[in-house]
Amino acid sequence: MAEEKKQLTEEEKNKITEEKLRIRKLKKGIKVKESWQYRVFQVINVIIMVLICAATLYPFLYLVAQSFSSEAAIIKGQVKIIPVDFNLTTYKSVLSKGDFLGYYKNTILYAVFGTFFSVLFSSMLAYPLSKPQLRLNKFFVPFIIFTMYFGGGLIPNYILMTSLGLRNTIFSFILPGLIGTYYVLLMKSFFASFPHELEEAGEIDGLSKYGVFFRIVIPNSKPIIATMVLFYMAGYWSNWFNAFLYLEDRSKWPVAYHLRQIIIGAATSADPGAASQENMQIAANIKSCSMVLMAVPIICVYPFIQKYFVQGMMLGGVKG
Amino acid sequence: MTNEDSKIEVTESIEEITALSENESSENKPKKNRNDGFWRHMKKNWILYTFLIIPVVYYVVFRYIPMFGNIIAFRKYSAGGNIFGSQWSGFKYFKQFLGDPAFRRAFGNTLILNFSYLVVRFPLTLIFALLLNEIKWLPWKKFVQTVSYLPHFISMVIVAGMIKEVLSTSGPINSFLVSIGQQAIEFIALPEWFPTIFVASGIWQGLGWGSILYLAAIAGINPELYEAAKVDGATHFQQVLHITIPCILPTITTLLILDIGGMVGSGAAFEKVFLLYNPMTYETSDIVSTYVYRMGVYSGNYSYATAVGLFEGLLNLILLTVANFTSKKVAGESLW
Repeated sequence: MAEEKKQLTEEEKNKITEEKLRIRKLKKGIKVKESWQYRVFQVINVIIMVLICAATLYPFLYLVAQSFSSEAAIIKGQVKIIPVDFNLTTYKSVLSKGDFLGYYKNTILYAVFGTFFSVLFSSMLAYPLSKPQLRLNKFFVPFIIFTMYFGGGLIPNYILMTSLGLRNTIFSFILPGLIGTYYVLLMKSFFASFPHELEEAGEIDGLSKYGVFFRIVIPNSKPIIATMVLFYMAGYWSNWFNAFLYLEDRSKWPVAYHLRQIIIGAATSADPGAASQENMQIAANIKSCSMVLMAVPIICVYPFIQKYFVQGMMLGGVKG
Repeated sequence: MTNEDSKIEVTESIEEITALSENESSENKPKKNRNDGFWRHMKKNWILYTFLIIPVVYYVVFRYIPMFGNIIAFRKYSAGGNIFGSQWSGFKYFKQFLGDPAFRRAFGNTLILNFSYLVVRFPLTLIFALLLNEIKWLPWKKFVQTVSYLPHFISMVIVAGMIKEVLSTSGPINSFLVSIGQQAIEFIALPEWFPTIFVASGIWQGLGWGSILYLAAIAGINPELYEAAKVDGATHFQQVLHITIPCILPTITTLLILDIGGMVGSGAAFEKVFLLYNPMTYETSDIVSTYVYRMGVYSGNYSYATAVGLFEGLLNLILLTVANFTSKKVAGESLW
């Protein structure tokens, strides 16, 4: 069997190289026809992409510039993209104040715990759902998918959380988004293409279903696990609304909610649930500094996981 | 950080795959001794089913119970009361909010914001995907992708903060306006600017991410088609027009129809509107979900707010079903 496969692949390789040669020849033949219009288009395309990248990155750079500038320069409107009156005092003062670090610790705690349980339970749900031989999936798959299109809405969820007595606990922050149905479906399609031979080999070696799942399936599903970790982590990291609804206790706030209070304070003090007076005079450099500190971990982690999630999204969407 | 349309598209394909495999497996089995077979099936597979216990309990408690909690829309519920112990009130709250100008304004704003966002976003993401696909130098393509997907992962709080900073009276846009002799504009406080801010920031955040599914569809096109076209002497532009676009047309149609189906929903826009709006701009910025929040959580009219939310949820569900049906007829693709 194995030898046959090898031969096949060699044949395929030959085919592929032939194909490549053919394409190269074709391309050579066409290069003459590669019109000047197309070259002009390529140049314009580069310019458009540069502009898009610049427009995407500018707000980030502006925040960074503000966070290193003095307040006076910001108010005068002198800061564009390079810090004016470069200084580190903003960072020092934000980080030396106990509460910001406290919020940051909460965010890390919530994100780590939340992500762990989210990924665990999502994969435990997705794995059996990906098995076509399980008959009850005919019920369970629509059962979870329906929740994507219709739900309880804000108020019933709010009442539920309140009547369960979970307000002001970590649970009220994590539970509302513990399992994302869409993510479960992504995982399900990944597990569906998981090589059965590996699972069978595990069972022959005497592993139970749980053993197969935790010691064979999960360790061999790095792309989807990494993607899920990023998606859930980014979700918990960004979440301020659950804190806004359920966490009155300041010592439990995540950084995102603290930021919300800072940001909303200036323009909309009459807004219900808006920040108190003390937050209204927060200077732009402090705001920017807090935003930068909150965004940095995600920005640093995301490019490394990018190749995985692009794969994952393609896997699901390729058929369309 | 959700992107509704990409979700929908992917779900749909996953759905069909499972539907196919399920059909196959059920056809292979004789239907006669189904009951008998069911117990044997359970005996053989019960361990796999135990994986589902915790997640399914979670779905029941945190997804289905709130769904049935919607019942308080028909009851006189007061804070701290029992969902099932209050008096029936029939459609009283529905009549009430349908007559409320604030609700009608919120409903209209939802439609306007969703519609203008769709009209701008839809062609732009498609064009962006096509342009991205024309980049031949891979590192540059990777870089553009990395940069353009990035805002999708940034918290809405930070996005809102950025918007406020960039648009503030001392921010870069106003400094530019002043430098060319115009007056500074307090964008955030002016209702006529809200839709523009909403749409523009949505594009900024979602352009790259929205193109992923198109790129995936383009990647799935058979390269032989392009070869054949080249042999026939088609230019690049002709190839895009006669191969790429027709090949991804099902994707385009499905996404478009489903986007139209999501037109009445305001859940996805909630965070941004909630962070950016203020009483000065309610006129153009207040949407159904923010209205529900103010009526319910803030003012304590739980039943009234639930009625509004339920109304929107049901309308959304109906529209989606219609859209799904249309999509099935027109493009042969559907969610369920």
